[in-house]
Amino acid sequence: MAVSSINWFKYASPPTFYPLAGKLIPWFAYAAVLLTIAGLYIGFFVAPTDFQQGEAYRVIFIHVPAAWMSMFIYVVMAIWAVLGLVLNTRLSSMMASALAPTGAMFTFVALWTGSLWGKPTWGTWWVWDARLTSELILLFLYIGFLSLQAAIDEPRRADKAGAVLALVGVVNIPIIYFSVKWWNTLHQGSSINLTAAPKMAVTMLTGMLIMVLAFWMYSIAVALMRVRCIIAEREQRANWISHVAGE
Amino acid sequence: MNWGSAGEFFAMGGYAFYVWGAYAVTALAIVAEVWSLVSRRKAVAEMLGRETKLNDEMTHEAQT
Repeated sequence: MAVSSINWFKYASPPTFYPLAGKLIPWFAYAAVLLTIAGLYIGFFVAPTDFQQGEAYRVIFIHVPAAWMSMFIYVVMAIWAVLGLVLNTRLSSMMASALAPTGAMFTFVALWTGSLWGKPTWGTWWVWDARLTSELILLFLYIGFLSLQAAIDEPRRADKAGAVLALVGVVNIPIIYFSVKWWNTLHQGSSINLTAAPKMAVTMLTGMLIMVLAFWMYSIAVALMRVRCIIAEREQRANWISHVAGE
Repeated sequence: MNWGSAGEFFAMGGYAFYVWGAYAVTALAIVAEVWSLVSRRKAVAEMLGRETKLNDEMTHEAQT
């Protein structure tokens, strides 16, 4: 095939990618741990008490990063899934499958922490407004993707079916993101705006952004761990896997 | 420093249940995910170990 002569395509093949991913995982894991320590230190010990919400606002340091990751991972997952569908590359589809559980986890965390933040500040655990409902739909999309793939035995057919679902579900992402602008909602507006100055103290913002980085590093580390498992499970009949799996 | 004492820190200005409830469940979710991945990796390694062993035995048998 013509594409195999292009050098960077080399990394798209499971036998090359598997050991590379294995080498990268510890670095992302260390970065995640260090950034979490730094982010939480700033979040709890440097950032001041909020004049309106008191200490309840400290949920922000996990709530906003988790909510961002839930949306971001979905988009990345959909891109990998569609690449796998269009280019017929196995590894792309495996990346999509590897991201889904982590995305679902962050969606759950965003909903859970949001609920615990909503109770003391809004007086309710849950409200069926646009932001919360669309985030709940995101959780269902992740669960749908995972159960659809689990229900189909043949991996490549599961990849294709999942890709279609992931692609259709992408419409939900701008709905979540802009829901606070498009509809009247109990949820506050975006914490960060590229065009306006941040509405919160610099230390609060710093702690939150460091936690975003920490969650990124974590997501990359676990997604690489999972994609290695998926590769090994799917390619167990191939000769190369038994040679590299020992390391 | 925001806190006069450890007690004050854990009390979170009266919002302990909400703040720590949020952090505890997040930590639990992360630990559960990492734990499930570690055990999945172990299962994969065992499976591959068995296959390699089986392959080696078969080649060995074929050679003898």
